[in-house]
Amino acid sequence: MRYETVIGLEVHVELATASKIFCGCSTKFGQEINTQCCPICLGMPGVLPKLNKKVVDYALKAALALNCKINQETKFDRKNYFYPDLPKAYQISQYDKPIGEHGYIDITVDGEVRRIGITRIHMEEDAGKLLHESDPTSSLIDLNRTGVPLIEIVSEPDLRSPEEAREYLMQLRNILKYIDVSDVKMEEGSLRCDANISLRPYGQETFGTKTELKNLNSFKWIAKGIEHEMARQKLLLDSGEKVTQETRRFDVNTQKTVLMRSKEEAHDYRYFPDPDLVTVEISDDWIKEAKASMPELPEKKKIRFMETYQLPEYDAGIITGEKELAQFFEDTAKEFRGEAKVISNWVMGDLMRLLNSENKEISDCAVTAKDMASMLNLIEDGTISGKIAKTVFEEMFLTGKEPKTIIAEKGLVQISDVSELEKIIDEVIGKDIKSVRDFQNGNKKALGFFMGQVMRQSGGKANPKVVNELLAKKLNAFEIKE
Amino acid sequence: MEFQKQTIRQLSEMLQKKELTAKELTAETLKNIKEKEKDIDAFLTICEEEALQEAKKVDQAFDTYASPLKGIPMALKDNMVTKDIRTTCASKILENFIPPYDGTMAARLKERGAVLTGKLNLDEFAMGSRTEYSAMKPTKNPYDLTRTPGGSSGGSAAAVASGEIPYALGSDTGGSIRQPASYCGVVGLKPTYVRVSRYGLVAFASSLDQIGPITRSVEDAALVLNEIAGYDPMDSTSVNCSVPDYTKALTGDIKGLKVALPKEYFGEELHPGVKEEILKAVGYLEKLGAKVEEVSLPHTKYGIAAYYIIAPAEASSNLARYDGVRYGVRAKEYKDLIDLYEASRSEGFGEEVKRRIMLGTFALSSGYYDAYYLKAQKVRTLIKEDFAKVFADYDVIVGPTAPATAGKLFQAAKDPMEDYLLDVYTVPANMAGVPGISVPIGFSENMPVGLQIFGRHFDEETVLKTAFAVEQEVCFDTTKGARR
Repeated sequence: MRYETVIGLEVHVELATASKIFCGCSTKFGQEINTQCCPICLGMPGVLPKLNKKVVDYALKAALALNCKINQETKFDRKNYFYPDLPKAYQISQYDKPIGEHGYIDITVDGEVRRIGITRIHMEEDAGKLLHESDPTSSLIDLNRTGVPLIEIVSEPDLRSPEEAREYLMQLRNILKYIDVSDVKMEEGSLRCDANISLRPYGQETFGTKTELKNLNSFKWIAKGIEHEMARQKLLLDSGEKVTQETRRFDVNTQKTVLMRSKEEAHDYRYFPDPDLVTVEISDDWIKEAKASMPELPEKKKIRFMETYQLPEYDAGIITGEKELAQFFEDTAKEFRGEAKVISNWVMGDLMRLLNSENKEISDCAVTAKDMASMLNLIEDGTISGKIAKTVFEEMFLTGKEPKTIIAEKGLVQISDVSELEKIIDEVIGKDIKSVRDFQNGNKKALGFFMGQVMRQSGGKANPKVVNELLAKKLNAFEIKE
Repeated sequence: MEFQKQTIRQLSEMLQKKELTAKELTAETLKNIKEKEKDIDAFLTICEEEALQEAKKVDQAFDTYASPLKGIPMALKDNMVTKDIRTTCASKILENFIPPYDGTMAARLKERGAVLTGKLNLDEFAMGSRTEYSAMKPTKNPYDLTRTPGGSSGGSAAAVASGEIPYALGSDTGGSIRQPASYCGVVGLKPTYVRVSRYGLVAFASSLDQIGPITRSVEDAALVLNEIAGYDPMDSTSVNCSVPDYTKALTGDIKGLKVALPKEYFGEELHPGVKEEILKAVGYLEKLGAKVEEVSLPHTKYGIAAYYIIAPAEASSNLARYDGVRYGVRAKEYKDLIDLYEASRSEGFGEEVKRRIMLGTFALSSGYYDAYYLKAQKVRTLIKEDFAKVFADYDVIVGPTAPATAGKLFQAAKDPMEDYLLDVYTVPANMAGVPGISVPIGFSENMPVGLQIFGRHFDEETVLKTAFAVEQEVCFDTTKGARR
């Protein structure tokens, strides 16, 4: 039977505040274990939580960016469960009055725009980390992460394929990065994703039994994990068995999803309002302020780039995927005299290739938008060839030097002088009479061959446009002496 | 000189006049404590060295700051966190717990030069009304060593009544300051909820817990409240409103004061001997020019039921952190993680604490939340409204603190419900968050009787003013318990 997949994602995002949600400890990642803690985040007897206002600020921005309705009276609740990484044995979270509800994100998959509902977004504190390395009979705890602020973003079960899930997560990540509320680095755990997955026969309205898939903590494994779980459920359904509601984990090593706990083992969290904290009132002014500080968001920017710069959707999507990249593009476009598509080709090609190979972000790239534009202008006015430009650009990327300096230092100015080029062409043609004959007999490939020879002879500096013209003329006029 | 019979005011004056040094006073106090402890058992920890050192420091800098608490010995109920000094909550699970920080009370009192002499006994985690549920030892009533001092701040009340220390801090979740104060013939004040910071008070039921003073006079209660009340940035629920000088309210003049007498506080559970004393005190109020009228607080009878859902529910969550993983006592033997939790908690908690954790866990469970916790919260709102209605027309509400005087030790009812019902007069003030005081007014069968006075939110001034007027009239000798 053919099934439709129904997916909802629960995403945890660490907010990039300097201090923790309920105490003054630093949130810095990768510090020596148990050095970023105090009696409050350690849950010592007698301590009380004290809300960091920045956390509400960031969560509010996120909720607005995700088109949520804001609960102007939002409160904190206790989620009770025992685990060694949770010092109070309850997590301060939000239950029935989360900061935001009823939002959405628009995603584009295969050229089709889909609106994915966001059920809720709420604030909570992170737990610590268990370290199971040293001894098989005991575990160690690092509580540096305890109390780091999180927002949890729960989507509606609106996603229908692993690709959509991945696209939703990408879009979500881009938005949160745009508004500067999180580093959203999956590898550091500042973005974590769980998926609720179920199958139903096409056309059926009611949802099938879902399983929750944990540990989808890299973009690489999101789609893979979901695919594996889909396959597992399909196999069960096809053989007449039932899917049981349970929590599973994707194991990257075995490429399988494994059972973590069944529904019977599920916790009863016994939520109740935290009496140690007061209701947070979010005023109209606060919302207004948050809205005013909001940058143009990726989806909107993408559409504007398509219109203003005539970029194809694919290009616009990639370039607006990162705020800094989009800024780089726009700054370059301001100074560049040619078509904007040329910029996007360079950005998506050489620039991103170099960034990836050096593992760098656009923000720590040595090439300024101004230099990028001046290099592209030098191609445009024929000072350097596109090929030379690649060399120049690499040098710019490594040294941060201006393109003109590099060209002067390395003598890379394009040769457009006719007499100089004619000298090279004559020499090249004179060496290979056979190819000249081929050309005159109608083999156009020979032109390319000579072009390559001229380029090599000139050290790549020959102006290909001029050479092309001269070469054709010369080859046609050449008289072969038998 | 018998320091043990002096009030804070008297001792402070002697220190200021240099008739006495803080060190002398502290040394004498410690000697006295050691002597009395043979009978009373109010202290769980005595900080002899620290106290003498602190007193020396105070003497050296006596002219720089003149808080009336400076140089005066005191002690804290052992559910208030003290840096480097064992804080046990009278529980086995915390018997080795030495906090790495000072709670706000310890810090504020230290700042004012108060001399901490030790930590006082209580019912384990403040759950109980006899101080018999202490995992360490029971405390005795200084008036009759075969009787309970009440609880849960039984150690605090007994230490003050026996003359061991001039004042102590207690905590009151359902009557735990006022009831032992009443049983031991001393003054016990539960301020308005959030008037005094809870930071560093080991939580029992966070929405009800409140710290307050236990003293030998109403004036001393006002003096201590002056120093401990006020906004604390470490407690998000604390309120940023100014603290008046409470001693200014102690004029003795209550002419025209409107006093409400709730009929629900004079039901058949009220012991006739106690009732007689209470009505006598009410008579004094009238004599002094107060206008006394009977009113109704109709939801009083539901108070206990709602309280014994809300308080255990919060406690079940607050006490979950004692799991033997990070601090406190861990069971010696366990098979795995779950077993570690179960064994440590089974061994570490006493019977009453376990009972309340189970009650509370049940009340919050999915499927029962609406029927119990939510319903109890609704009752709480009704009780608040009861008080608001009466306070629209009256300045204070008065009645007995407890239905009877202190009972015999180890005679707790077989059915815990019977003991819970004895909190009937004290619990409503916690539910409504209003201030309440117990002031000693007389004796019934040789045991002290306390009059309870409630006031409007943040109107401790009128409560203290009324208590002071009664105190002046009845001339109760609060040092009588120190006769030994």
